[in-house]
Parts: sequence; C-alpha cells; structure tokens
Amino acid sequence: MPANRNQSNVVPDTDFMVVNNVPANIENKIQVSCYDCHSNNTAYPWYNKVQPVAWFLEDHIKEGKAELNFNEWDEYSDRRKNSKLRSIISQIEDDKMPLDSYTIIHADAKFSEDEKYEIIAYMAQLKNSL
Amino acid sequence: MKKTSIKMGILTMALLALTTISCKDGKKEEAPIPMSSEMPLGDRNESGDSERLMANDSGNSSSKAIIDNYLKIKNALVADNQEEAAKAGGMLVANFEDFDTSGYSSEEQQELKDIIEDAKEHAEHISESPMEHQREHFGILSKDVIDMIAITGTDKKLYQDFCPMYNNKKGAQWLSSTEEIKNPFFGSKMMNCGEVQKQIN
Repeated sequence: MPANRNQSNVVPDTDFMVVNNVPANIENKIQVSCYDCHSNNTAYPWYNKVQPVAWFLEDHIKEGKAELNFNEWDEYSDRRKNSKLRSIISQIEDDKMPLDSYTIIHADAKFSEDEKYEIIAYMAQLKNSL
Repeated sequence: MKKTSIKMGILTMALLALTTISCKDGKKEEAPIPMSSEMPLGDRNESGDSERLMANDSGNSSSKAIIDNYLKIKNALVADNQEEAAKAGGMLVANFEDFDTSGYSSEEQQELKDIIEDAKEHAEHISESPMEHQREHFGILSKDVIDMIAITGTDKKLYQDFCPMYNNKKGAQWLSSTEEIKNPFFGSKMMNCGEVQKQIN
C-alpha cells in the first residue's frame, strides 16, 4: 500500500530561501540536510519503495513539517520566526538535528563543525535582524 | 512509546482546535463593551490606549488561567520537577486554545493571535519534553506571557525577573508571584541567580 508522497515542484513565495537572501553554500546545505523533512518536497530514496520504510518516513516528514516548514517561512509571524530560529540554532548546536537516524543513511546531510558554525552564525544574524 | 504519545498529542490538538473554532462561531454576537477610563489597565504600553475596548469576562478569565498555569510551570521548574511542569504545560495548551480575544481592538487581537500561536507551541513542547528542553521553551514562553499581560493586564501582583546567565549568557526573563528570586532555568543548581527587573501591579 503506497503512502502519500510528500512531493511538490512548486517553490512557494513564502519559502525560506525566497524571502531571505541566503548565501549559496548555506542554501545548498540547508536544502540537503533539512528540506526532506521540513518542506513540502522530499527527495525520496530508492528504499522508500520498501514497506514499512515508506510509512516510517511519512511519519517523520509529517512531524518534521508540523514543527517547521521552510516552504511556509513567511507565513510565520516575526514572533514565531524568532522562536523557530532559536530552536533551529539550539537543535543544531546540540547535534540533535539533523537526526542521527537520518544522517546514518544520508551521509551528505551531516554537518561538519565548520558547516555547523556557519549555519548557526547565519541563523543568529537572521534572528537579530527580525 | 514516545511516538504514540506525540501522535495522541497531535490528535488531541486537532480536536481541541476544532472545538475552539466552533466555540468562537457561537459567540460571535457578543459585542464588545466600550471601556471606561477608570478601569485599571495594568502595565500597559502607550500604543492603542485611546481606542481601548474592555476585555469581556471570558477574556479576563482566559488570561488569568494562563498566568496561573504559567506560574505552575515556573514553580515546577524551580523544583526540578519535569512531570509537574509537563502537566501544567498540557493545561496551558488548553488555556491558549480557549483564549477569547473578541473584546480587544483589532490591532491587539492580531498581536494576541501571534502571541497565542507561538506560546501554544511552547506549552506543547513543555508538556512532552525532558526538563532542559522544557526550560528552553519556558524562556520564550515567558516573553510571550509578558507581552500578553502588556495587552490584557492582570490583577495579580507579579515580578518580572531576569537571569543573565541562561541561554549562553544571553539571559532570559520570567515572571514570579513572589519577590524572592527562585530561578526556574537552573533550579537547584543556581537557585538564587537573577534579579527583579520590575514589579507588575
């Protein structure tokens, strides 16, 4: 039984990358490491054809999007953007995101220490500019 | 285990959301009553005072319930009690769901809507997270509740406290009903860290 696929070709006007002027290297890293579960478009792995993997993924994506959806960034009020950025920063700082269960199969999603530092600095600057 | 509880949580939230929507519809006819100038406004900032409308009874009781459960979370975190904080967090979610903003000006309603949306999410996290995570969300929740009180006012005597150490020394505020400093961000580890910034009422 196929699960509902989280896929969309449309990048909405409210997308994080559209409304913020994100440097290319950071944009690329966030896309690869975060967008599978935190946007309306998942780049599904081949093993998604295998159940129960698809159900497992669907669950993660549903939870991830409810918590933070980069595609809907500009729909958040400034107050919520501030909260989201605070959580993004602390989750990355504490190595809680991206999830270990995700990076174990997506090695390219893992942040190096430098990338961690860069992304946190960018998010902090964005937070201060709100 | 955790997953099921999150799922249940989401389901409950959805149901609550549905019930609040239908409640609001039922109350539409209640017109806001214009406010008399001698009403105590509490600790309000200057904006929007001229066109203030009086919050109706349910509006006042919603903010009262919010402050009560907020203080319960605060006390639980002071006592390093994750379970009690989670319980009060769950009740606070319901309080925010029930918040009736109909007695406020449209500008205030918008502000309150933003506050509620944000604060509800923090309360949800507090209801289902380990203690350090609860404290993180409590820090942002405190800002929301402080801003809410600036609009709704309160008849409670409250102290706005500040701990300069928390959040990598960026500092964080909280509200307390007693003057003595009891730190909810560090609990027993640094009970007396902090200072009173101001008194409300």
